[in-house]
Amino acid sequence: MTRPIRQRLEVPVAGGDGERYSLRMGPQHPATHGVLRVDLELDGETIVECTPQVGYLHRGFEKLAETKTYAQGLILTDRLDYIAAMANNVGYCVAVERLLDIPVPMRAKYIRTIVAEMSRLCSHLLWLATHALDIGAMTVFLYCFREREVLLDLFEELCGARLTFSYPRIGGVRQDVTGSFIDELQRFIDIFPSRIAEYETLIDTNRIWLKRTVGIGKITGEEALDLGLTGACLRGSGVDYDIRKHQPYDAYDQVEFAVPLGSEGDVYARYRCRIEEMHQSIRIIQQCIDQLPPGPIVDPDAPDLVMPIKAQTTIQAGRSEYGTGLIRLLRDENIYITGDVYVATEVPKGELGFYFISDGNNRPYRMHIRSPSFIHIGALSQIARGELIADLIANIGSLDVVLGESDR
Amino acid sequence: MNILLMLVWIIILFCVVMLHVAYATYFERKIIGRMQVRMGPMRVGWYGLLQPIADGIKSFFKEDIVPDRADKPVFLMAPIICLVAMMASLAVLPFAKGWVLADIDIGLLFIFAMSGLASYGIVLAGWSSNSKYSFLGGLRSMAQVISYEVAMGLSLVGVMLMAGSLNLTEIVEAQGDSFLGMYLMPQCIGFFVFFVSMLAETNRVPFDLPEAETELVSGYSTEYSGMRYAMFFMAEYIGMMVMASIGTVCFLGGWNGPFPVPFFPPLWFVLKVYMFMFIFIWIRATLPRYRYDQLMGLGWKLLIPVALGNIVLTAFMKAIIG
Repeated sequence: MTRPIRQRLEVPVAGGDGERYSLRMGPQHPATHGVLRVDLELDGETIVECTPQVGYLHRGFEKLAETKTYAQGLILTDRLDYIAAMANNVGYCVAVERLLDIPVPMRAKYIRTIVAEMSRLCSHLLWLATHALDIGAMTVFLYCFREREVLLDLFEELCGARLTFSYPRIGGVRQDVTGSFIDELQRFIDIFPSRIAEYETLIDTNRIWLKRTVGIGKITGEEALDLGLTGACLRGSGVDYDIRKHQPYDAYDQVEFAVPLGSEGDVYARYRCRIEEMHQSIRIIQQCIDQLPPGPIVDPDAPDLVMPIKAQTTIQAGRSEYGTGLIRLLRDENIYITGDVYVATEVPKGELGFYFISDGNNRPYRMHIRSPSFIHIGALSQIARGELIADLIANIGSLDVVLGESDR
Repeated sequence: MNILLMLVWIIILFCVVMLHVAYATYFERKIIGRMQVRMGPMRVGWYGLLQPIADGIKSFFKEDIVPDRADKPVFLMAPIICLVAMMASLAVLPFAKGWVLADIDIGLLFIFAMSGLASYGIVLAGWSSNSKYSFLGGLRSMAQVISYEVAMGLSLVGVMLMAGSLNLTEIVEAQGDSFLGMYLMPQCIGFFVFFVSMLAETNRVPFDLPEAETELVSGYSTEYSGMRYAMFFMAEYIGMMVMASIGTVCFLGGWNGPFPVPFFPPLWFVLKVYMFMFIFIWIRATLPRYRYDQLMGLGWKLLIPVALGNIVLTAFMKAIIG
């Protein structure tokens, strides 16, 4: 499906004689969010042809996963979308649990929902920060980082890590939440709506912001479906699709939340969608805190894949020192479940899917990751064609891509 | 003897302005830091007070890299053109009554000419660097400066009409020393146009397109390093100060204040200039960046017609009232 080059192209903004030249933007460029390279054909400042090049951050996770046990594979997912590692962890665990048919205790489900939504907040905050910075609003960047810092501190209190958590386990979570964590989280979600209002006063009522975002990078709902967009990029175009709502996992079927939808499908609609999603995330976290049931945090039927018996008993006895080695290697134990499974979860960027083929071994025969960023980058050339360089920057920001996830 | 005295004055002015430029960066970093809930420079000296000096020394000792296929003479000359042009416009600024190096009758035009020349520096830097980012930055700068120079010139015609002179000292004196005498009130339309084009002329947010870092890396100065980069930086800050001074002279009554200050008559002038600088920084902390075509649209479709209307209105009022 090729789109006709837009009208604006016929009036070149600069370089009047229609002479084309190429510009390689990236992989080292302030606005390409990591190592994205975009090969541009330009006419003045108008983009005639835009070809994204990915792969600078390829680490071969899908192949690597074949040499790791299911429990070990978890740490690879930290490095996918490193901005929202927790959501990837949860997605991986949900997928493996469905493959191996492991039930998850209710308390673990709620905790996972809380941390997944916290990581959505983290990701959206970082997205808003960099998106605003790309468009030139510098202060929003630091305001967003102020709030993100609180969330990272909370994560640190929960599991000791700030970015690469590996906190969920197959069949549960690693540690239980503490009372002080819940208190701090409650305090954060009480003030956070006022902070969102603060960002909005800085950019949402700003005429320059509106000029830079309204009507830019338009995608219709059909186009978005054709391109395989998911997440806020799809919902910004008015397509009601949210895996949390339509194929609930963890505790999402126990909580109430709305799926914010846009209609225009432009940069501004996607921006509004994500801002509303932050409000919804707060709602979900609040409900999870209120409903958090007591009980075990790891399923007793799946200990072999989670942690050694010794460590488990120490945790259950309430002692803080764990046994050595939280992950049992399972070198020689086969699991005798064959088949394949595709499980998708709604991560901040969109639909993150894990596809496993099991041949009965304790390692996946094949793991495939359907990463939303990779697919969103593919849409870039269609969206950006016929627009200006400045709009390309706004579009890259608004698609919310993370190259670690795209290149895997 | 006269020439010698003049030279001494020039050196004093140069030193004072360079010091101001150095500390204007500190001023900016501190204020923008406070606005963004952080501290700004804190490490070098007490509250980071020596930071500008450290920066200056650092850039002085950096290697001066010239890209391989750059147009070398032009590349080396461009920052000097920029800096010299900006420096030259300092000569006609009246800091207080009699505190002016060259009290010429075409002061305002001289400043326009010099800021026009400074944009040569930017354009040449962009074109000689042999880098596409620099080239785009140069292109943008050229278009921007041409459009906004027009708007700015037209916005000051009202002031010229009211003062009946292009001499900056006479413009200040024509405003008298009363608060209400300032041209800010009768020329509020002119001031609006002037202020917006001032931001564009000095490449400040929201019009910092020639050096838009998220689009063009660093625009025209992408390939520059060390002292030559610092020269562009200094030129930009002197440009800000010159434009702030023009605003002070033409609209805020120059060195006149609520009461005259003994021993240091330029105090009010300096305060007003720093007020402008503060607004520059405030805007930088608040606004996003315009897009290139929107910037052009704003200049040609809004500012220039408004400025033209202001001229007609001012001339009309002057003809009626006298």
